[in-house]
Amino acid sequence: MIIANRLTDGLVVFYKGDGGWTVDIADGLVITDEAEQDGLIEAARADEDRCVVVDPNLIDVALDGGSPRPTAIREAIRAFGPTI
Amino acid sequence: MYRYDEFDHKLVAERVEQFDRQVKRRLNGELTEDQFKPLRLMNGLYLQLHAYMLRVNVPYGTLSSGQMRRFADIARKYDRGFGHFTTRQNIQYNWIKLEDAPQILRDLADVEVTAIQSSGNCVRNITSDQYAGRAKDELVDPRKFCELLRQYSVLHPEFSYLPRKFKIAVTGSPNDRAAVAVHDIGLRMHENDAGEIGFEVLVGGGLGRTPYIGHTIRAWIEPEHILSYVEAILRVYNIHGRRDNIHKARIKIIVNQMGIEKYRELVEAEWQRVKDGPLAVPDEEIERIERYFAPPRYETLEDETDSLAEKRAAHRAFDRWIRINTAEHKVPGYVIVNVPLKVLGKPPGDIDADTMDAVADLADRYTFGEIRINHRQNLAFVDVRQQDLFELWQALDALGLARPVLDSISDMICCPGLDYCALANARSIPIADDISRRFVDVDELADVGELKINISGCMNACGHHHVGHIGILGVDKRGEEFFQLTLGGSSDQHASLGDRLGPGLPQDEVPEAIAAIVGRYKSLRTDGERFLDTYRRVGIEPFKEVVYGGDERKAVA
Amino acid sequence: MKALIRHGELADDPYAAPADDESLPPTGAVLVSLARWQSDREALLKRADPLGVRLKSDESPELIADDIGRLSLVALEFPKFRDGRAYSYARILRERYGFDGEIRAVGDVLMEQVHFMLRTGFDAFELESEDPLGQFEIAKAEYSVWYQPTGDGRRTALQLRHSNRG
Repeated sequence: MIIANRLTDGLVVFYKGDGGWTVDIADGLVITDEAEQDGLIEAARADEDRCVVVDPNLIDVALDGGSPRPTAIREAIRAFGPTI
Repeated sequence: MYRYDEFDHKLVAERVEQFDRQVKRRLNGELTEDQFKPLRLMNGLYLQLHAYMLRVNVPYGTLSSGQMRRFADIARKYDRGFGHFTTRQNIQYNWIKLEDAPQILRDLADVEVTAIQSSGNCVRNITSDQYAGRAKDELVDPRKFCELLRQYSVLHPEFSYLPRKFKIAVTGSPNDRAAVAVHDIGLRMHENDAGEIGFEVLVGGGLGRTPYIGHTIRAWIEPEHILSYVEAILRVYNIHGRRDNIHKARIKIIVNQMGIEKYRELVEAEWQRVKDGPLAVPDEEIERIERYFAPPRYETLEDETDSLAEKRAAHRAFDRWIRINTAEHKVPGYVIVNVPLKVLGKPPGDIDADTMDAVADLADRYTFGEIRINHRQNLAFVDVRQQDLFELWQALDALGLARPVLDSISDMICCPGLDYCALANARSIPIADDISRRFVDVDELADVGELKINISGCMNACGHHHVGHIGILGVDKRGEEFFQLTLGGSSDQHASLGDRLGPGLPQDEVPEAIAAIVGRYKSLRTDGERFLDTYRRVGIEPFKEVVYGGDERKAVA
Repeated sequence: MKALIRHGELADDPYAAPADDESLPPTGAVLVSLARWQSDREALLKRADPLGVRLKSDESPELIADDIGRLSLVALEFPKFRDGRAYSYARILRERYGFDGEIRAVGDVLMEQVHFMLRTGFDAFELESEDPLGQFEIAKAEYSVWYQPTGDGRRTALQLRHSNRG
């Protein structure tokens, strides 16, 4: 998936693929085809230039009962909030 | 406390409007993130894991009740209802919107508070002894000089783009509660034989990736020269400090690379050129500032009245709270009351908006409306009448803020860690939580006594782990969190860096390791010996043994 | 566009600035690197027209201290706007050496820095901007209160406080 922070409020957002972003990881696009990856990250970076998001990055996710969950602790905390 | 005059107000207002323009230029694309980042940081605004974080200065840890109420308002209006006090006597909000930031700064400016230079590669908030002006052991009240340094450092035209951040701390007590030896510049105030006051100047202390205890660069400097001497230190640093590697850019690196003798030589040469210039501080400015720190209207009272003794005898918990959470005041009949922000189940230093308001009310009622913040993320009421102690204790207890835990295992320093911070490698708050749940019994805490545990979620050491009696450092090892323990650190007047105990432990083994270390200490200590003293006497081996069973079999990280 | 602002106005640059491997124009003002200044110093000093030296951020003005009186321009380079060494260099030039020629900020110069530059002794700026003069005017007026004395002679808050009281 592609994760970023929204410029205006800093909230964590996920790329939806059609040019939009969502705060809900479940609504984000899970990229399964590596061939699409480069084009999507490029599109996401264009949104950085357009002052929509900051620092878009690809992260690994696993599908947990159909919903995506970042595999790295850090990104999981970004997606779901502080653990305590 | 200090109050702004027309000049201070004007400057802060101009700063806010400048930042407002910068935010607009960022939102409309005139500024890239790369250009905007240093500008927002110099206004205290970070982009963290979940949102923007705003760090607000509490200059030298002194706050009015009105300012505390404004902190509460901001927490409610612009954040999620709470704030977090930091190891640099500041408060942080975790869920700030960039669009709101200029208005928040306006709201703060109304009560004479700023976020100017709470981050960035510039001189940060000047920190000091939370008991400044009140402690019985104090030699010189450092606050007027803190304020002088605050003004000197704000929007310094030459030193706003230093190689790296720059932290100055001041103490006027021989018992250093401000950790001056681990600051870029540490100032120790005292009197000389002639009864004049002055500063010992330390330079090059710091924690982070490469911790150092500061060196004395000058044993004595008169107050009129303090600004010119600081300027000379900063100029040499600005020119010679390393800019090729962010991890080697702090002043401690260049001081230790060139040696303190050479650094001193450069500073002295520069100081000779500037010392008699316009930075010489006129007496009337020191007197002007000093007037703001005049003592409040104390009543003529006596220490330890019979009624207090009676109450102490009748209420064991009250007596214990007095013994542990209060400190001696220089005025008879008064006492300093510490309010540890170490509430079970909450991150150390966190406080919600309603509690902020309640604390502000108590400050108005019992302590001339002033609140102090210390670098261990606690609050203090510094002017409480001893005859009010019982009432105040009950009121604090009702807020859950009367746990007798000051300087105990439960009184941990803890950075926000990976739960909030974009730099962190591991979570620190859950570790603090685990440890505080392992040591809930106040009898046990009192029996163990002073044992300062400092927890950082990464090498940057915001949780001061190197100078904890027990330090805990979170590290990431192939995507998993491990925690390295150090023993024997201290940030007081006998500052020392902790020694690494051994390989990192997984989270669930940390509380037991702490318990094992505490158990070993109890079996080794002599009468009245603190953990730190026992450690310094017996060394690391006995503790290694109880944690690793002699074979360091847990050598996983 | 990149524009030069000198003494508060848009200006054409009177200095030719040939690269180190290009030959100097026979006459006219020139701005050269420190390396060229050090290797061609004798020849440069023989010229009748204004001379300027451009210092990189790791080149201290101490290296040209002996020749300050012969220079009309010192250009101080900001390789990145975050590199703040040149603020100290500008003050050293003005306040230690008494240099009264032009001090020009070149390289990565942002309008947010212009105010600090003015205070430390810069009086010329290479600004990359759509509206360099407009930005310069805003930056110049951003502050009216200063805490620190520098060689620019502006009165600090401290000085005003005590002069107000007589």
